[in-house]
Amino acid sequence: MIALDFELTQGTFSLVVAVTLDVRVAALFGPSGAGKTTILDAIAGLRTPPRGSIVIDDRVLFSSSTRVNVPPHQRRVGYVPQEVSLFPHMNVRRNLLYGRHPGSSPELDRVVSMLEIERLIDRRVTDLSGGERQRVALGRALMSGPSLLLLDEPLAAVDVPLRRRILPYLHRVRDELKVPIVYVSHDREEVDEFADTVVMLDNGRVTGVEHVAGAPRRV
Amino acid sequence: MDLWRIAWFTVLCASAATAIMLPAGVLIAWLLARRKFPGRTLVETIVSLPLVMPPVATGLILLMLLSRRGSIGGFLDRLGIDVVFTWKAVVLAMAIMGLPLLVRTARAGFEQVNERYERVAATLGAPPMRVFLTISLPLAWPSILGGAVLAFARALGEFGATIIVAGSIPGETRTLAVAIYSLAETGQDAQALRLVLVSMAIAFAALWTANWLAERRAA
Repeated sequence: MIALDFELTQGTFSLVVAVTLDVRVAALFGPSGAGKTTILDAIAGLRTPPRGSIVIDDRVLFSSSTRVNVPPHQRRVGYVPQEVSLFPHMNVRRNLLYGRHPGSSPELDRVVSMLEIERLIDRRVTDLSGGERQRVALGRALMSGPSLLLLDEPLAAVDVPLRRRILPYLHRVRDELKVPIVYVSHDREEVDEFADTVVMLDNGRVTGVEHVAGAPRRV
Repeated sequence: MDLWRIAWFTVLCASAATAIMLPAGVLIAWLLARRKFPGRTLVETIVSLPLVMPPVATGLILLMLLSRRGSIGGFLDRLGIDVVFTWKAVVLAMAIMGLPLLVRTARAGFEQVNERYERVAATLGAPPMRVFLTISLPLAWPSILGGAVLAFARALGEFGATIIVAGSIPGETRTLAVAIYSLAETGQDAQALRLVLVSMAIAFAALWTANWLAERRAA
């Protein structure tokens, strides 16, 4: 369960969010500037709302009324930002292992084979193609053993044929690791294919919550 | 006159000064680059002051602070530590005069590190100290090293502050720069010239290294 209830202002832009999602994959959908990435930043703890609360399952990550603000490194939220940010001074293996957490992380071999990045493991990240980087970034987030995965337009930077190749990996992550995902996109077709609930956003406001027809609901 | 002994003493003192400067300089540089705190501009100004003040004036301030009647010197005196007119004063004068060069270069290095990497590292579970040690520091390292070499080169040639706070005691506090001055003043031009050539050679090597590092950084 993901319960978001907060307000954030940034210059003239204001974001007001109050939604509770009990799903496997929730998509934040809307035009650019709607506030989608800001929501992910707030969940990850990279931006602190002046008031409100952020609760994942039973963990309170942020609550202005009880003065709780869990720092980003303790939130156990795997964040794959829009611009892939693999550490340039580490090879693929060291990137993948950076957030490994004894006990809660999945096996490296499992993640590597699920994302089919075996042959990349000893490569420098600067030698990877766009799609390869996306998969490594996804793998790195998964290796931190997150209780929630935040994906910021993971397919926006890649062309259509590549998109078709990456989407199955996202499906595998969703179905095999069973990590709940909050997924940002402005592509409705992609959202319908991947998410089971869509939060519509426009200009900093939630304009609706839709359940995708036929999508499996988490009970 | 023992030319090589003076050269060796100067290089040793400059190395010690650089070793003292590095932790302090890196910390100050990182704070200035990444943290907003009250008095930030003041810290920046004070650190840079030796760059623009007459070195003799800096030396006089150091002398007043470190003499037995000075605030720091009185304290050290009670611990049985004598600084003024010893090699320690030479090292300290060199460190204070070189620090601005290190801080400025290292700060630019930290500023060039994309904050995205640091934020992602935090979401992967790395506490601030680990982010600093594994992300910020290695990515800024070429600049820090370049700044350290520059500061070392500056320390080698330090004269104004050294002569005031450490004097020109042969075999004890006499550095290359101070020795050149003493020799030239007493008409021993040929001897002075030999020292000039030695200091040129050392300074050339240090600057060449700094430039080489800067080029590698740009590549």
